[in-house]
Amino acid sequence: MNSPKDFSLSRRDFLRASGALIVSVSMTGLVTDALAQIGPNKPPLVPGELDSWVAVLKDGSVSAFFGKIDMGHCLDVAIAQIVAEELDVGFERVTVFQGDTATSCNQGGASGSFGISAGAKPLRNAAAEARRILVAGASRQLNVPAEQLTVSDGVVSGGGKRVSYAELIGGKFFNSKVEWNKEIGNFMDIKVQAKLKSPSEYKVVGKSFRRRDVPGKVFGTSDWITEISLPGMLHARVIRPVIAGSVPLKVDADSIRKIPGAKVVREKNFLAVVAPKEWDAVRAARELKVEWSAGTNPFPAMEKLYDHIRAAKVVKAETETNKGDVEAVFKTAARIVEAEYHWPFQSHASMGPGCAVADVKKDSATLWTGSQKPHYARDGIAKLLDLPPDKVRGIWVMGPGSYGRNDGGDAAIDAALLSKLTGKPVRVQGSRADATAWDPKGPASVHRARAALDGTGKVIAYEYISKGFSRIDTANNEADPRDSLAGHELGMAPNPAMGFGTPEDNYAFASRRLGWEAIAPLLNRSSPLRTAHLRDPVGPDIHFGSEQFIDELAVATGEDAVAFRLKYASKPRAAAAIKAAAEKAGWQTRVSGTAKSSGEIQSGRGISYTERRGTVVATIAEIEVNRRTGRIWAKKFTVAHDCGIIINPQGLTQCIEGNVIHGLSRTILEEVRFDNNSVTSVDWASYPIVEIKDAPETIDVVLINHPEIAPSGAGEPSIRSIPAAIANAFFDATGVRLRTAPLTPARVLAALAGAKA
Amino acid sequence: MATTVKFTVDGKSRSVKVDDPAMPLLYALRDDLQMKAPHFGCGVAQCGACTVLVDGEPVRSCVMPVTAMKGKQITTIHGLGTPEKPHPLQTAFVEEQVPQCGYCINGWVMTAASFLKKKPKASDAEIREALDGLKCRCGTHVSIMRAIKRAQQQMA
Repeated sequence: MNSPKDFSLSRRDFLRASGALIVSVSMTGLVTDALAQIGPNKPPLVPGELDSWVAVLKDGSVSAFFGKIDMGHCLDVAIAQIVAEELDVGFERVTVFQGDTATSCNQGGASGSFGISAGAKPLRNAAAEARRILVAGASRQLNVPAEQLTVSDGVVSGGGKRVSYAELIGGKFFNSKVEWNKEIGNFMDIKVQAKLKSPSEYKVVGKSFRRRDVPGKVFGTSDWITEISLPGMLHARVIRPVIAGSVPLKVDADSIRKIPGAKVVREKNFLAVVAPKEWDAVRAARELKVEWSAGTNPFPAMEKLYDHIRAAKVVKAETETNKGDVEAVFKTAARIVEAEYHWPFQSHASMGPGCAVADVKKDSATLWTGSQKPHYARDGIAKLLDLPPDKVRGIWVMGPGSYGRNDGGDAAIDAALLSKLTGKPVRVQGSRADATAWDPKGPASVHRARAALDGTGKVIAYEYISKGFSRIDTANNEADPRDSLAGHELGMAPNPAMGFGTPEDNYAFASRRLGWEAIAPLLNRSSPLRTAHLRDPVGPDIHFGSEQFIDELAVATGEDAVAFRLKYASKPRAAAAIKAAAEKAGWQTRVSGTAKSSGEIQSGRGISYTERRGTVVATIAEIEVNRRTGRIWAKKFTVAHDCGIIINPQGLTQCIEGNVIHGLSRTILEEVRFDNNSVTSVDWASYPIVEIKDAPETIDVVLINHPEIAPSGAGEPSIRSIPAAIANAFFDATGVRLRTAPLTPARVLAALAGAKA
Repeated sequence: MATTVKFTVDGKSRSVKVDDPAMPLLYALRDDLQMKAPHFGCGVAQCGACTVLVDGEPVRSCVMPVTAMKGKQITTIHGLGTPEKPHPLQTAFVEEQVPQCGYCINGWVMTAASFLKKKPKASDAEIREALDGLKCRCGTHVSIMRAIKRAQQQMA
């Protein structure tokens, strides 16, 4: 955990420190401009200073300093709306500066769908406090009592007089303390004297303001992490072995002698090539002759993966929900229903390989990273370089996708290490294989479900236990180089943690137990199958099984899948979401699998209801199964989504659409392939994802707005509802259960053939 | 032996000194000419993030040797349209707020632009067929379809 002094570097110091850099990225220039307008003598960048959160510039525009980042989900726009709302300025006046350790406190970066639910809190409080201070100042200046003043678009008026925020404080500091809750990361918050607005007063929150990053992305004028270029910068490619766990024995530097400026950089088992031109680094990486140590066959045969998980020793287990005496009730059961579900390793496989640029000097360093948590990455680089964190600046720049700890985290550590070793600024971008084969993986798992029914068919006990590789074998941020491939290659001991998860406790079965068991990694260092968080960590994995099992119970008891869920779903918002989805989709009430059509194409519908940290989602999938080819086409999704108060409906809707298609891809196609010695999913051919021909015709999103309920996040909650909705629709269409993901054509054909036999 | 290759990019004559005849066009554009709209996604022509038009046809610049570009007319997304004078697809992609991370969008816009020029009234199925092979990891496919249909209306 960081100490508060980690934030002690002032913006002024950073302006001085970064003044020498000529960075070809205008965004960095923009930040500098904003800071320059604020001027010198700024209070230290600590959460307890109001000036760390919000500033009014000379022209009356407002800067908000956000320690998280938006990756295309409208988050920065939502933050601007919330700040504009509490400050009473126009939305257009607010600029949000994100993910730069020089301008924002460590709010944890992109993490856990907390962007609004937790991340907006201190910004909202700060904006309200800034308004309170400005109105008080206006009251003194205008000699009108504060309660007689109103604010409209940054102009305070009352008693026939008026003064603008710009006139009151533009370009100066508040120099006002706020009460920090001493949290670092997602739950950092501040307490202020100001009273927050009631949602009934909102004028800006709740409207679909448009995203600010879209035009740059469409006209090709955006600045990406891949565009960062510094004078004298070297391009690097890190060379990782084809065989997992093997190390370089002999490196033939002569083999790249003819490539202009290409050099080998090696430190212990860390091996890279650098060159002034990018293509030369790419071909040096291809042409370098390396003798590697032999493989040790650390991985089981792929078809034995679930046998391995079943048999593996449990390293850590937790029962998260335990109501009633489950074992005793099972002994009284009239009937027991059991099933087991399997979820594979999956890759982040971001759109482009991870990229980072580092400029390491003797006593300071700057890191530009596309990874999700620049403040933590700064801490990790500081540890790697043995520098105090306040001498390292971490700057997030939009990268080629993310969705968890992808290979971008390794790129950051690689770049810093290479800059230190070469004494020059270094840019690293991996190959496709680095992104697909070498990113930390979403863990593979086996899920055991059983339920006890009484003589009337009522569910009297329920148990769901997930067993798999840890979702935190590799930490969820880059604060420690022991969690990086480079760290392992330098000989640092790995730093694993053990954790998995359970379904939300969604159904009021009288006795129930929900738990997990985590097992050791297959290879404990430099492993391409090391595991970490992948969008909605273990959520799709767990609910692929748990929400299929609910359907299996509905079928076993002769009930409709919607009716069965409404009977046992314990919370009113769950029932509302299930009903909203069913109504919008025109749900046909029947026991699933009882209206199978004959012919080559069979159609079905399936529902799934899930919850994640307060966000409730019900999804209905309508699919077609081609019995000849085994192809599943999910033609239509209907998603009812309740995440409390809605800040920006269009942004939310499109975020949900992305969840649906990412979830579809992971359900029907995605599975990391491997053999005894290596990951063999190295590109899009060996790790297929959805193509546009697989995309649904329609995604109907039903937004359920609860202005009275605090926002609970939307970046991930809907993806966990997708896998079972599809699998349940498959059963409805064919009468066959698919309990192993992904539902590839080969698996579909095998299951249909098996059912016929 | 270094050779010089001349071609035009977005209407301007450019020349690039090439050491390695196998160097793909993408590196000439990004590294030598500092034209960074085409992105490196895979390096094996499987995703389309690097797409440019060569004499009007979509080409995956990550595998196309720059030496094959002699005398060719290359169009990047900058040449397709600008905020002041946008291509209808660019207008539609903004209207529909399509990109999320946005790294792939270049490929979709460039490939669709070339296809709609040939077949402005293409059906949904034909559009899906023409765009097969492009990747979008954020899953914006339904908004991509909405944007293309919006652009078709504007172009009609």
